[in-house]
Amino acid sequence: MTKLLRAIVKKGGPFIGLILVIAIFSAPAETRGYFLTYHNFKIILTQSVIVSVGALGMTLIIVSGAIDLSVGSVVALTGVASALLIQHGWGAVATTAAAVAIGAAIGLVNGTAVAGLRMPSFIITLGMLGIARGTAKWLADNQTVSYDASPINSWMTTLNPAGRALPAGVWVAVALAALTSLILKKTVFGRHVFALGSNEAAARLCGVPTVRLQIMVFALAGCFFGLSGLFQLSRLRLGDPTVAVGLELDIIAAVIIGGASLNGGSGTVLGSIIGALIMAVLRNGSQQMGWPNYFQEIIIGVVIIAAVFLDRFRRGGRS
Amino acid sequence: MPGFRLRLGGISKAFGATRALSSVSLEVQAGEVHALVGENGAGKSTLLKILSGAHEPDSGTMELDGEPYRPDGPHDARERGVAMIYQEVTLAPHLSVQENILLGSESSRLGWINSRRSRERAMEALAVLGYDHLPLDRETSAFTIAEQQVIEIARALLLKPRVLIMDEPTSSLTKADTERLFEVIGRLRGQGVSIIYVSHFLEEFQRVCDRYTVLKDGETVGTGAMPGTTIDHLVSQMTGREVSDLYPRVARGLGEPVLEALGLGRAPRLRPTSFALRNGEILGLAGIIGAGRTDLVRAVFGLDRADAGQVAVFGRPDPHPSAGRSWAQGVGFLSENRKEEGLMLNLSVRDNMTLTKLGSYGTLGWIGHRRQSAAASRWTAELAVKCTGAGQPVGELSGGNQQKVALARLLEHPARILLLDEPTRGIDVGSKSQIYEIIGRLAAAGKSVILVSSYLPELLGLCDTIGVMHRGELVAVRPCGEWTEPELLRFAVGKE
Repeated sequence: MTKLLRAIVKKGGPFIGLILVIAIFSAPAETRGYFLTYHNFKIILTQSVIVSVGALGMTLIIVSGAIDLSVGSVVALTGVASALLIQHGWGAVATTAAAVAIGAAIGLVNGTAVAGLRMPSFIITLGMLGIARGTAKWLADNQTVSYDASPINSWMTTLNPAGRALPAGVWVAVALAALTSLILKKTVFGRHVFALGSNEAAARLCGVPTVRLQIMVFALAGCFFGLSGLFQLSRLRLGDPTVAVGLELDIIAAVIIGGASLNGGSGTVLGSIIGALIMAVLRNGSQQMGWPNYFQEIIIGVVIIAAVFLDRFRRGGRS
Repeated sequence: MPGFRLRLGGISKAFGATRALSSVSLEVQAGEVHALVGENGAGKSTLLKILSGAHEPDSGTMELDGEPYRPDGPHDARERGVAMIYQEVTLAPHLSVQENILLGSESSRLGWINSRRSRERAMEALAVLGYDHLPLDRETSAFTIAEQQVIEIARALLLKPRVLIMDEPTSSLTKADTERLFEVIGRLRGQGVSIIYVSHFLEEFQRVCDRYTVLKDGETVGTGAMPGTTIDHLVSQMTGREVSDLYPRVARGLGEPVLEALGLGRAPRLRPTSFALRNGEILGLAGIIGAGRTDLVRAVFGLDRADAGQVAVFGRPDPHPSAGRSWAQGVGFLSENRKEEGLMLNLSVRDNMTLTKLGSYGTLGWIGHRRQSAAASRWTAELAVKCTGAGQPVGELSGGNQQKVALARLLEHPARILLLDEPTRGIDVGSKSQIYEIIGRLAAAGKSVILVSSYLPELLGLCDTIGVMHRGELVAVRPCGEWTEPELLRFAVGKE
């Protein structure tokens, strides 16, 4: 019996979890009418973009055996900086490039400190969490930064319920997910990231340039976080230095629900995306059920623990 | 004839469809050191687990001093007087010697530890082993593996065991430390403790054991008195075939130097050292642990940065080699520490074998999956690696098979100069002889090998040249024929 169950969980993994939460919210009378509609799924997908794109970067970092706690602050900082640039008349393309560059620069600093100074990533990025948040507030002069209009605003819109088209942000997330998955699975860089996370000493022995690799991982992940900041801006339509507090925990949770191990060396992009979707569905469904906010938080907490427990079970043992 | 301390009859155990043990018998007398001999997979571990209470037998009888013995878990087994010392040290590294010895059986009242009584008991246990000079308050991580093992034995002694099971106790000990362990075993025997001794080093049985029992394919195939039994006889019972010689001797000539160390040093553990490795040569490095052998090969390979001298590979000098450059020049390294440094345990057999040259299976940074898999499958077949496929995580394999995967990495690369640090540590006889064969074949094909080993018969059996290191210095390098085991030992401990 357990064998059969294990085989099912092994094949489906987090995907079963996703179907399960969708099924749960499709059943009750309160939500039955609306929950399973295309429009609602459009909203769920759009709501999950910020966490999903962040989870792509976080997957790289966690697979490499590190962690990044500064994501929420980086998202706020790039959002504020982008808003300021738009105020100064920058176009969408230039602003996007700038946001990605800011994220990458912060990642570069994180990575260099972690790999170069041999400091734990937990500590370095905990420090960066404060530094980036403070910088965002400083740049914004402790206020929100508003601007007239920008094409960026349309990337995350779910308005015009008649429209079938998904917003640009969703497509960008899908494309980046496919690309990241390919990179992790099919390239030398990707294999090296797994090797680094699985056993740094062994990777070094095999001639993998571990220091450079760790820096690259943080910098590349920083690009994703910068982009997440841009999507956050697009959703709010203003630069808010106090936004996305604790976002990193949602992102880490998505990656963990998706089956990655915090010890490094394992994790998949598909898993992380499904993890992000599970959380988005839970939020959306809870709202429609009229459950209070605190109840959502409790549910998500339980789901994280259950997901990791199931993952242990899937791997077949306590060790 | 005294009664048996431990008597097992007709023990059978199956896991699903796999029969691990069928009708095994084992008889151990009081105050006897009994060798349990067998290849990996012969059923030794299962039998030990049954004895120590971790598994229950499906059928059969067990008696301890004439009383029926049916332990209800490892804790119950310990209470009844059957204790086990595991291959890997299981101490809490941050706790002190005393705290570790008393862990789980602290002298306490209402939860408060009675420190004077604790000290006495810890000291008593160490005194039995002749190690009462160990400082009780120092963290155990500060001690050598050999000393940590003594601390573990002291912990086991606290419960006054009647039977002590030692699983591979010498696998990470040097010869000198092994001798000290044998002294400890002698003392325990003198106290009337029965010891079941498991080891891959067959020579040790002759040194320390009174009788033996051989397991093969889950059955008892032989038992007898150790004195008068030859190693060859044991091996033929274990393997079911005659093994005339474990070490292949392939005739070959030595060529030009391919790797030279010139005054290579790394203070304080490695003094400036020079040597040359020739084409087709197997150069052995003997010495006790901490003599600098590992430091030397790591500095040569570029895993540790040398602070003096340089390395010349194929005549090209390099003051600061790096692992990446070494692989590029055809120098490969096999770590003594398979789990911590040698392998990425949760990655596949395939990735572990091919990590040093992933780019070569495809173009522009993409990995050609089919070519990579084909390469890995070829080595799993050629080296008879027991795995479900090249995609299986290497951590799921047995020690011997893991080592073959680690070695396959050097073969696949392919390395022309192989630095092998303790390549046969902790693996079964079958895998060992296979690895000896590979090393012999490599040398015959003109590859060069540096072989670091703490196992002297291995060095004497395989090498063309053997160098001995002592306190960070290469003190003597001679052709193999000019060395004998006592002579090597004399240099290793520094009594020239």
